[in-house]
Amino acid sequence: MKFAVIVFPGSNCDVDMYHAIKDELGEEVEYVWHTADSLDAFDAILLPGGFSYGDYLRSGAIARFSNVMKAIQQAAEEGKPILGVCNGFQILLEAGLLPGAMRRNNSLKFICRPVTLRVENNETMFTSLYEQGEVITIPIAHGEGNYYCDEETLQKLMDNRQIIFRYHDENPNGSLDNIAGIMNEKGNVLGMMPHPERAVDALLGSADGLKLFQSIVKYWRVKHVVTS
Amino acid sequence: MSLLLEPSPTTIKEEKLYREMGLTDEEFAMIERILGRLPNYTETGIFSVMWSEHCSYKNSKPVLKKFPTDGEHVLQGPGEGAGIVDIGDGLAVAFKIESHNHPSAIEPYQGAATGVGGIIRDVFSMGARPIALLNSLRFGELTSPRVKYLFEHVVAGIAGYGNCVGIPTVGGEVQFDEAYEGNPLVNAMCVGLIRHEDIQRGVASGVGNTVMYVGAKTGRDGIHGATFASEELTEASEAKRPAVQVGDPFMEKLLLEACLEVVHSDALVGIQDMGAAGLTSSSAEMASKAGVGIEMNLDLVPQRELGMTPYEMMLSESQERMLLVVKKGREQEISDLFAKYGLEAKAIGQVTDDKMLRLYFQGEVVAEIPVDALAKDAPVYHKPSSEPAYYREFQQMDYIPHIENYEETLLALLAQPTIASKEWVYDQYDYMVRTNTVVAPGSDAAVVRIRGTKKALAMTTDCNSRYVYLDPETGGKITVAEAARNVVCSGAKPLAITDCLNFGSPEKPEIFWQLEKAVDGMSEACRALATPVISGNVSLYNETNGGAIYPTPIVGMVGLIEDVAHITTQSFKQAGDIIYVIGEATQEFGGSELQKWLEGCIFGKAPSIDLEVEAARQEALLKAIRAGLVASAHDVAEGGLSVALAECVMSAEGLGAKVTISGDFVAELFSETQSRFVVSVKKENKEAFEQLVEAKAIGEVTADGTLSIESEAGETLISLSAEQLRSVWKGAIPCLLKSKA
Repeated sequence: MKFAVIVFPGSNCDVDMYHAIKDELGEEVEYVWHTADSLDAFDAILLPGGFSYGDYLRSGAIARFSNVMKAIQQAAEEGKPILGVCNGFQILLEAGLLPGAMRRNNSLKFICRPVTLRVENNETMFTSLYEQGEVITIPIAHGEGNYYCDEETLQKLMDNRQIIFRYHDENPNGSLDNIAGIMNEKGNVLGMMPHPERAVDALLGSADGLKLFQSIVKYWRVKHVVTS
Repeated sequence: MSLLLEPSPTTIKEEKLYREMGLTDEEFAMIERILGRLPNYTETGIFSVMWSEHCSYKNSKPVLKKFPTDGEHVLQGPGEGAGIVDIGDGLAVAFKIESHNHPSAIEPYQGAATGVGGIIRDVFSMGARPIALLNSLRFGELTSPRVKYLFEHVVAGIAGYGNCVGIPTVGGEVQFDEAYEGNPLVNAMCVGLIRHEDIQRGVASGVGNTVMYVGAKTGRDGIHGATFASEELTEASEAKRPAVQVGDPFMEKLLLEACLEVVHSDALVGIQDMGAAGLTSSSAEMASKAGVGIEMNLDLVPQRELGMTPYEMMLSESQERMLLVVKKGREQEISDLFAKYGLEAKAIGQVTDDKMLRLYFQGEVVAEIPVDALAKDAPVYHKPSSEPAYYREFQQMDYIPHIENYEETLLALLAQPTIASKEWVYDQYDYMVRTNTVVAPGSDAAVVRIRGTKKALAMTTDCNSRYVYLDPETGGKITVAEAARNVVCSGAKPLAITDCLNFGSPEKPEIFWQLEKAVDGMSEACRALATPVISGNVSLYNETNGGAIYPTPIVGMVGLIEDVAHITTQSFKQAGDIIYVIGEATQEFGGSELQKWLEGCIFGKAPSIDLEVEAARQEALLKAIRAGLVASAHDVAEGGLSVALAECVMSAEGLGAKVTISGDFVAELFSETQSRFVVSVKKENKEAFEQLVEAKAIGEVTADGTLSIESEAGETLISLSAEQLRSVWKGAIPCLLKSKA
C-alpha cells in the first residue's frame, strides 16, 4: 500500500506523518509537493499539520486553492482514504470536503498537550481496529481547533455517525459537542484536530494513534483481495 | 528621507550628529583617520552599527577571551552563526543562544518572535537542521499589569513563531524578580543537527564570485536595532518602537527549507543570516573573514518600500533575509532552487580583492569602507572594573532563617512563580512537532532523540541570577554546574555550552566587575566539567532609568545520551524504590527562595561550590544511570530538598514518598546547598548503586500519593498529598495572571 503525504508551503508535520507510515507502519510513503497534478499512484492521501501559507487570512484558506487540491477532490470521489490532521483538517473544511468550520480556541491561545479521545464510531476504514467507545491518548497542537457547524449539519453528522472522535476528559478548545474528528458522508474522508502521527511510538508517550493507520491498511488489504 | 535631505559630512561632524547613533567623539575621529576623510551619512550609520556593542563586542571582547573554547569534540567554536560539536556517527550538533531583550521590552510579541527567528537562522546558516528551541526569560514580579502584559505577549510571540516554523520548543526557564521590572530578558536558543560534510561558514571567498540576496524584501523596520540594543532603556525608548522588527515565520520556514537544500550545492561558497545590522554586518563580516572585499549595487536590493536610501537599506533589520556568496556563473541553479519555494535569489554584488565594502546607488559610489575596520579591527575597550560595596557587605553576613511550619513553607515555596509549574507557558509551545521529543518541558533537561540512531540529545538553559548578583564568581560557577546537573540527570554527558551574558551598563565599573567575575567563575566551571563555550552572545546596557538587572549569564547546555535506554526523568517510578540523596545540606540561604519569600529581598553569601566535588558526583551519577541502576534523578535546586522531593512526587502518577531526615531541619528541607541530587533506585539495584555512588538512603517511594517527611524521632514534619502539592504548584502562575493588581 502506498501513502502520499501532501506538502504545502508551511506544512510542518509532513515529516512526522512520513515517518509514522514508513518507520512504524512499515508501508510505502512519498512526499507530494502542492503543485502535483495527479495522485493516481497512491492508495491513500494524508494532509499533514502545520501552517500552510502561514495560516495567513485563515487556517487552510489559501492552501485549498493549491493545484494538488483538484487531485485530492478526485481521489475523494474515487473513494480513496483521505486523512487530514490539524491543518490538514482545516484545509479539508475550507475545500468543502468536510462540513463545518474552525474558530480560534476559546482560550485564544495555542494549546499543545496530550488529550484523551473517545472513539465514537469504530465501523469506519479509519477506526476498525479500535473498540467502540475506546478511550485513547493523542496529542493536540493547535490555535484554531474549535469546531463549529450549524444545528442541521450537526444533526446530520450524528444521524450518519460521522462524528468519529470526541474529546473525553476535557474539551480543550471549546469545539461544538466535544467534536475532535469528523468524516464525510461517504466515509472515506476523515478530518481530526489531534495528531495520531505523534502517537505511534511509546518512547514519545503514546502509541494509540498507530491503530488508525493500521485500520486504513486493513481496509485497503481487504478491499484489494476482494477486488483482485 | 531622500539623499538630498541627509546631513552633509561636515554637518555630521560639526553638529556631532554621530552621537545620536551611539558613536563617541573619539570613535568618530578614528573613522576620519581610517577613511582619510569625513564619512558621509550612510558611512557614519554603517560604522555606528558595526561598532555597537551588539555587533563588535567592543567592551566584552577582553573578558570573553577568558572562556575555554577548545575541546576534543569541538568542530566550530565562537565566531560563526553557531558553534558545532561532534557527536559521532558523522553527525554533529550546532547550537547558540541569543538575546532579544530590548525589542521585547518595547514590543513583546514581535521582539520575542523575531528573537526566535534570528537564532533559527543562525543555526541553519551553518547548514544544520534546527531540531529544538529553548528559551530563558526574566520578568519583574507577576503583580503589575505591565509585567503580566510583557510575560503573556513574550510567551505568545515565542509560540507564534516557533510553532509556525515547526521547530519544537522543548525547554527553558522563566524567573521573576523585581530587578527585571523595566528590562525583561528574552534569550532564545536553537539546537540543530548536521552531518560533518554539510558544515557551512559565513565566508565570501573567491574574487569575482557573486553576492546574492534571498528572502524577505528590505523595509524600513529595525533601523538601528543593534545600536538601540546597546544603550540603556529609558522612557524615550518607547519612541524607538520602529527599531523593533516584525517577524514572518512562514517566510522563515520557506527560507529554512530552501537554504537546507542549497547547502548541498557545490555552487554555494558562503552563507550568512542578515541579523543585527542586516546587510551591513553580513557583507562586512563575510568579506573580512575571507580577507576580501565586497561591492554591492543597492538598486538591486529587493525593497518593500519606495524611495529607500542607502542608509536605510544598509541599516534595516528586516527579518528573514540571508546573504549568499555563490560561484560565478552558477547563479541560475541557485535561483531555480529558491524559486521552488517561491523565493527570489537576486544577484546584488560581487566579491572583490581590495578588502573594501563598496556600495553603489543610482550609479554613484555611496560608501567605501575597509571591511576589516568594520569587523575584526573594530575598537576594543578595556573598561575599568571595581568591586561594588554591596559585595563586601554581603560577604560579612550570616543569615539563618527561622521556620515553624514546614508544610506551610513548602506550599509557599511551590507557589513562588520561579518554582511554580510553567505549564501555562509550555502548553502554548508545540514541543512535539518533528516527533522526536522524548522528555517534554517540565523535567530537568529536555531530551530529543536522533532518528535513525540510538542516540539522543539532552538540553537545558539555566541561570540563578540571584546567586550571580550576590557573588558573581561563585554564581557563574553554579550556573554552569547546574546546567550540567540537569543534563546529567537526564542520562547525558555534557558536551559544551553556549552563553548569553545579560548585564547592565559596562560603563559602570561595578557592573563591569560583575561581568569579569561571572566569566571567571563560568570559565573555571567549564574547565572542571569539560564543557567548552562554543558560541554565545552578549547583551549589555540592561538598565532602566539607572537601575541594572541582576547579572544574568544564561547558560545553554547540550549533552549526549548514547542510548535512548539511558534516558532518565525526575518523576518517581515505582512504589518500593529507595530514595537517595547525594550530597549534604548546610545552612546556605543567601539568595534562596526561602530568603526571598521570608524577607522579600535577597542578601548575604551565595551558596558555595566545590567544582571537584561537583564533577565527581556528576560522573558517578552518570555512570550509575548508564549502568541502568537509576529509576529517577533530579537535582536539588531552588527551594532545596523538600521542593525537589515534591517535584519528584508531583510528576509521578499516584505515587508518594516517605522520607526521614536528621540534623537541622530547616537546612535539610530548604537550604540550596549545591551539588546535590535526589535519586530513586529499585531495591534489587541497591548494592550495585551504592558501590558506584556515595549517597544516603533517606526513604522510599510509596503508593499512597503522599509526600511524608519525618524526623528521626518520628515527628511528622511534612505530610501533604500529591494533589495538594500539585494544585498549589500548578495553580500559582494562572492565579497570579488572573488576579487584579
